[in-house]
Amino acid sequence: MIRIAFTIALLAAAQTAWPAAGGEGLEQSGANVHDLASVQRGAAMFVTYCHSCHSAEYMRYQRLAQDLELTEEQVQENLILGSGEITDYMKAAMPAESEQWFGKKPPDLTLTARSRGADWIYSFLKGFYLTGDGWNNTVLANASMPHVLWELQGIQRPVMETYTNENGEEETRIAELQVDQAGSMSPEEYDLALRDLTAFMVYLAEPAVLKRESLGVWVLLFLVVFTFLSWLLYKEYWRDVKK
Amino acid sequence: MSEKESLESVEPVADKGRRMLLLAGTGAVGAVGVGFAAWPFLASWNPSARARVVGAPVEAYIGDLEPGQLMRLVWRGQTIGIMRRTDEMVDNLSEINDDLRDPESEVADQQPPYAANQHRSIRPEILVLNLHCTHLGCVPEFIPEVGAQPFEQNWKGGFFCPCHKSKFDLAGRVYGGVPAPSNLVVPPYNFADNDHVVIGVHPEGAA
Amino acid sequence: MAKPASNTSRQLANAGAWIDQRLPVSEFWKKHISEYYAPKNFNFFYFFGSLAMLVLVLQIVTGIFLTMHYKPDASEAFASVEYIMRDVEWGWLIRYMHSTGASFFFIVVYLHMFRGLMYGSYKSPRELVWILGVFIYLVLMAEAFMGYVLPWGQMSYWGAQVIISLFGAIPVIGDALVEWIRGDFFVSDATLNRFFALHVIAVPLALLLLVVLHLAALHEVGSNNPDGVDVKKKKDSKGRPLDGIPFHPYYTVKDIFGVGVFLTLFAFVIFYAPEFGGLFLEPDNFNPADPLVTPEHIVPVWYFTPYYAILRAVPDKLAGVVLMGLAIMVLFALPWLDRSKVRSIRYKGIGSKIMLAVFAVTFIRLGMLGMGEGTYIQTIEARIWTFAYFGFFILMPFVTKYEKTRPEPERVTK
Repeated sequence: MIRIAFTIALLAAAQTAWPAAGGEGLEQSGANVHDLASVQRGAAMFVTYCHSCHSAEYMRYQRLAQDLELTEEQVQENLILGSGEITDYMKAAMPAESEQWFGKKPPDLTLTARSRGADWIYSFLKGFYLTGDGWNNTVLANASMPHVLWELQGIQRPVMETYTNENGEEETRIAELQVDQAGSMSPEEYDLALRDLTAFMVYLAEPAVLKRESLGVWVLLFLVVFTFLSWLLYKEYWRDVKK
Repeated sequence: MSEKESLESVEPVADKGRRMLLLAGTGAVGAVGVGFAAWPFLASWNPSARARVVGAPVEAYIGDLEPGQLMRLVWRGQTIGIMRRTDEMVDNLSEINDDLRDPESEVADQQPPYAANQHRSIRPEILVLNLHCTHLGCVPEFIPEVGAQPFEQNWKGGFFCPCHKSKFDLAGRVYGGVPAPSNLVVPPYNFADNDHVVIGVHPEGAA
Repeated sequence: MAKPASNTSRQLANAGAWIDQRLPVSEFWKKHISEYYAPKNFNFFYFFGSLAMLVLVLQIVTGIFLTMHYKPDASEAFASVEYIMRDVEWGWLIRYMHSTGASFFFIVVYLHMFRGLMYGSYKSPRELVWILGVFIYLVLMAEAFMGYVLPWGQMSYWGAQVIISLFGAIPVIGDALVEWIRGDFFVSDATLNRFFALHVIAVPLALLLLVVLHLAALHEVGSNNPDGVDVKKKKDSKGRPLDGIPFHPYYTVKDIFGVGVFLTLFAFVIFYAPEFGGLFLEPDNFNPADPLVTPEHIVPVWYFTPYYAILRAVPDKLAGVVLMGLAIMVLFALPWLDRSKVRSIRYKGIGSKIMLAVFAVTFIRLGMLGMGEGTYIQTIEARIWTFAYFGFFILMPFVTKYEKTRPEPERVTK
């Protein structure tokens, strides 16, 4: 009786809307941190396009070599800009200049995939558009960052539409972004490149993810065996107990 | 068990075989599990990635090291001495062999094979030593002057530990009759070029 | 040698006797384990007491190891957590065990408390067991809050800011008290340092002491059961309860099975969902603490959100804090609010059953609302549920006194 009442009540609660925030309107990145080739390509892209201005100050280059199955020489030659050592943290090549250009220090990107989420990164880098006032972004309005990937994506311009808001007033908003001037990549290629970059940033935010998810299966299997044995033991002893 | 058998609520099953088997099985699997679970905790005490980076090899410039001079640097928190010995100092080494505990550097752990000789170095004149006393880790004083000392009449220059009065010669070889059990340690090192020593890496091809 | 050592078991027995004359080891073992007679009809909800003990031990062990690498210093704390996650061998696993353990502790404790509510485990003669339990719950909340501050991310910082400011609602001394707690004019290094000391040693010691007292009180009066029947009433010729079974081996093997199931779920979260969708590790806490930037959306960790919803539902600072405090304090009065002749919900009337179900839903729904942004609609809804929350306790004396109950059985049922 109590059980039925309780179940019904719980179901009723579950039916009502969950009042959590955020996450709306983002595109799924489809990034797979276990796809080694994708993460490697993403690392190269990160170093080429992001790392001049953005640091990843909790990450060591050396760790990249270990986890991405590269030799230290490969990392030194391809992924380290300027005079960095393999044992250094990933500090931006020109933080002082970029601070001057953009009016504030470009944020550290080590943990962005955890604080913002993979889909946010993906959508943000897809969401740049050019207006008369310069670059803007659909995900982070008035971002101070310019579209560093525009040569790849091309230049997008917004298509506006008029709609009626909750208070019955007419407002305009962006309906979609259209490629005005093609970049060196097709839209599909650009999406795939961003997927690689996002996968790398997911890895960057938590290098342990690779070991964690591959080890977990074995731990769970072990625990299932143990639990089964302990269940047999419990049933065996409880044969004594008179009902 | 006899007490429990008379319990109203419980009546132990006669066959104990299966019970003991399951008990042993669950116990063994559980013990293995505890062992596995303990491993990450013990391993977390190993030198971390940061400690390993800090413990990376260090390079020293010895181009301006004068004959008879000792320079000190720190590698993995240890004081490392690099000394350019004069020819006379190198020659003197063989004179006091009788006073020493291990004059031919036969104790393998105290130096890499390429320094297991009388002068305990790759190049006879350049000495690279971990300066911490093999007794209890103090750093001995550097006393290169030849001549009678309060602690040694026949002093040919060397290192004297103020903590417990151990004596070493200019190749870090320990004297007999002192608390220190063995020669000062020679760390792994190699020459990057004529004027640069790299501490922490063996020469190419050496163990 | 007077006697030849003929067999080892005799030697062991002698050694045991030698110790027992000096330290009551086997007496303790008998009293609390092998001859502690627990009712034989424990159900699913009776796993959570021993599981809470297990989580406590896990938290202490993982916590000790984290302390070895963590830096309680405002300029280094955040980086030291990332150091643990990246540079310390297996540091990530130890840290996830600790962070996941905190949430599982509350899951287990909430189910344990709900068990008490269902089967009337707070009623005479177990009032002190319950009251000590509520103290454990209070101390656990303090422990969890201070632990959450230590990673020194944005949520740590602003969570500390908000929670400490609650004390500012106290008339007259409020502002001075807040300053004293912080040890500075804002949440700072001094605050972090003292929270670290409290989190790693002071509060855990209090927690351990309370757990010992909780168990001592329980073993003095004996365990309740789903029927609410007093098993000590029906005894055999040797004075042992007819419906009791020795805790060891019967409940030890059963609890080991419970531990297996629990650890499987626990490991699943650690290895595949350590953030648990932002509930166990909040996204904003991956940004370092910044006193100049307030996050848009400050929410406490899920286990505090029911009370946070009550706090936000009240449009007055002092009243909100008082009501939130009352929501927890009222638990102390529970043994005297329930005036029913029977203990277990099984034999209580329909009124009690409905009230308990509504209360469970209320608590969950308040928890969900506490995570929300606090919009107008959500605030109105939270007010309704706040009434429901207190309604449960206010109505209880009347409903339990006047409702029709079914007679409790003489002996436990299956």
